Amino acid sequence: MKNPVYTFEKLKFASFEFTCCEGCQLQFANREASLEAFFSLLDVRTFREISSEKHDDYDIAFVEGSISRSDEIERLLAIRRQAKTLVAFGTCACFGGVNSLKNCHSMDECIAEVYPGLPVETLPIRKISDFVKVDLSIPGCPVAKKEVERIVVSLVTGSLATLPKYPVCVECKEQLNTCLFDLGEICLGPITRAGCDAVCTTGKTPCLGCRGPADDINFPAFLELVGERGLNRSDLKEKLGFYNAFEAYPCQ
Amino acid sequence: MKRDCSIDIRHLTRVEGHGNIRITVSGGKLLEASWAVVETPRFFEVMVKGMSAERVPFLTSRICGICSISHALASIRALERAMQVTPPPAAETVRLLAMHGETLQSHALHLFFLALPDFAGTPGILPLLESHPDLVRTGLELKELGNEISIATTGRATHPVSLVLGGVSKAPSKQRLKELKEMIVKRRPALEMATGFFRTLSIPEFVRETEFISLRNGKYYPFIGGDLVSTDGVVRDENDYLQMTNEYLVDFSTSKFTRLSRQSSAAGALARFNNNSRLLGHRAHEVAASFGLEPVCHNPFMNNIAQLVECHHIFENAEILIESLLDDDRQDIRTAYKPKAGEATGAVEAPRGVLYHHMETDDDGRVVKADCIIPTTQNNANIHYDLKALAAEAVKEGKTDREIEKLCEMVVRSYDPCISCSVH
Repeated sequence: MKNPVYTFEKLKFASFEFTCCEGCQLQFANREASLEAFFSLLDVRTFREISSEKHDDYDIAFVEGSISRSDEIERLLAIRRQAKTLVAFGTCACFGGVNSLKNCHSMDECIAEVYPGLPVETLPIRKISDFVKVDLSIPGCPVAKKEVERIVVSLVTGSLATLPKYPVCVECKEQLNTCLFDLGEICLGPITRAGCDAVCTTGKTPCLGCRGPADDINFPAFLELVGERGLNRSDLKEKLGFYNAFEAYPCQ
Repeated sequence: MKRDCSIDIRHLTRVEGHGNIRITVSGGKLLEASWAVVETPRFFEVMVKGMSAERVPFLTSRICGICSISHALASIRALERAMQVTPPPAAETVRLLAMHGETLQSHALHLFFLALPDFAGTPGILPLLESHPDLVRTGLELKELGNEISIATTGRATHPVSLVLGGVSKAPSKQRLKELKEMIVKRRPALEMATGFFRTLSIPEFVRETEFISLRNGKYYPFIGGDLVSTDGVVRDENDYLQMTNEYLVDFSTSKFTRLSRQSSAAGALARFNNNSRLLGHRAHEVAASFGLEPVCHNPFMNNIAQLVECHHIFENAEILIESLLDDDRQDIRTAYKPKAGEATGAVEAPRGVLYHHMETDDDGRVVKADCIIPTTQNNANIHYDLKALAAEAVKEGKTDREIEKLCEMVVRSYDPCISCSVH
């Protein structure tokens, strides 16, 4: 008997970047062992970082980075007009990311510090969904390639692309790590969406919440935990604000 | 001979970030040749203000997706020097190994994904996967090894998790180190195959004399800390980095320009080689000689070969570092410290050249002032003047517009610019 052969259509794929470090797009080139299989799912129409070819007939656009200049808004709107599916790719695209720390300062102050006397344009940082409809968000600083592979397979096969609903704590416990709260550190693992394999806490570094809030988090209980342990509130504030991913959960 | 040509490349492909090339020739005369960075600035020097020292490396690593380990370590070195914190020796070795992992990953990415398609005449690496699968897999094997070293030493390939002030929060297990060592031995044939292949490529012959700047510490091929030196004989202390960079603004670029003794200078693998080649390992020396690479080499296209030579050095030196970690039974990987006021520079050799972070802290160890000067920033002026010289030469030789355009793109790529990093 012949093996049934599953046929699929490659995704007509494009990748774009705005204000960011381009580290999420770099993940496309990581996990080298599965790289050929991964790219066999994609018909790369535009991907400036790895190819000089440019075609505007893509169906799915992965958009990395946040928005901080008016020409970026124009480019983003044009991408939205073309793409049937627009993916906010990485923490900067999903939440604004570390770039949002700029928003604590006036734009004039930023320019005076770095480009004194030069008329450089810069706007307060905004996430992608502030300007266009986002069909799918893949958070992470950087995104986890394993998760990206899983989601791309879902997109190719037409199945539902989902993120874990539970927090990083679950993945951290799976790895039998000592809880960082027990080591006297504030860790955002209890409230942050999993999917990263708890990579930071496994490296004995507290989670800073790059993947944003998990579903149905108990934020008051989390604050109580920090209070009970007598941990530093300003440290909590710095951590919650690091990626701008907990905008909806002010700590005071 | 009368000829006109107008080249206007917006958002050069196969480089990290956004940069434009403009060449205008009229009546056989070069009117304009420029390199302009149009990347959106992120203002890291402002973002970091008020942040606690322990958090800073996690922020500054986000300056760059390719050389995040270098950025974390430059901040860590600046803050440790500012607050007089001495990391344990084992942590220093883990950090050096991490730099090797990052540099190998970055060089392999540049040589195979970004530069190789120019030599092969393809728009990118994906068509090469079909026409030259063995060659591409060789590049992937080298890149994967670099990433595995980074993952083992810092927890992740991009944006390190365990590089912290005072040392490292977690060290690789002996089992993991043994696996890495085996992987290095197994991948040596891939590096030799890549070397053999690069020997078949014809590297454009173009020479414009310039000044090469890098670190030098006299002990090992430089990756973390040391004196700041140039091929024109300048030697400065690490804290005097501003005297090496002399940053200035130009109105056509969001990335600044720098200069030292001449109108421009260069950083990167070729600069490191030109200043430190005697500290390279045995095989790296042989490979350099086989390509006719000798200090001081002034052909920017040879930066590709200098990167390849450094890959050989990394293979040799990473094994030595792993051995020393395997022989060391001390458990101490992190020094406790009290935050305090201070100011210092941390200089490291990122894959693309010498990187400076300067940090000033208050009594609580919070950053009050920061300055980051990126390798690509230090290469902007050199790229700009190379383009002028290269385009003028190409016009004189009667090259076609397409040939001039390709050469100009290739010379920019040979610097392996990291543009979003340079704007930060």
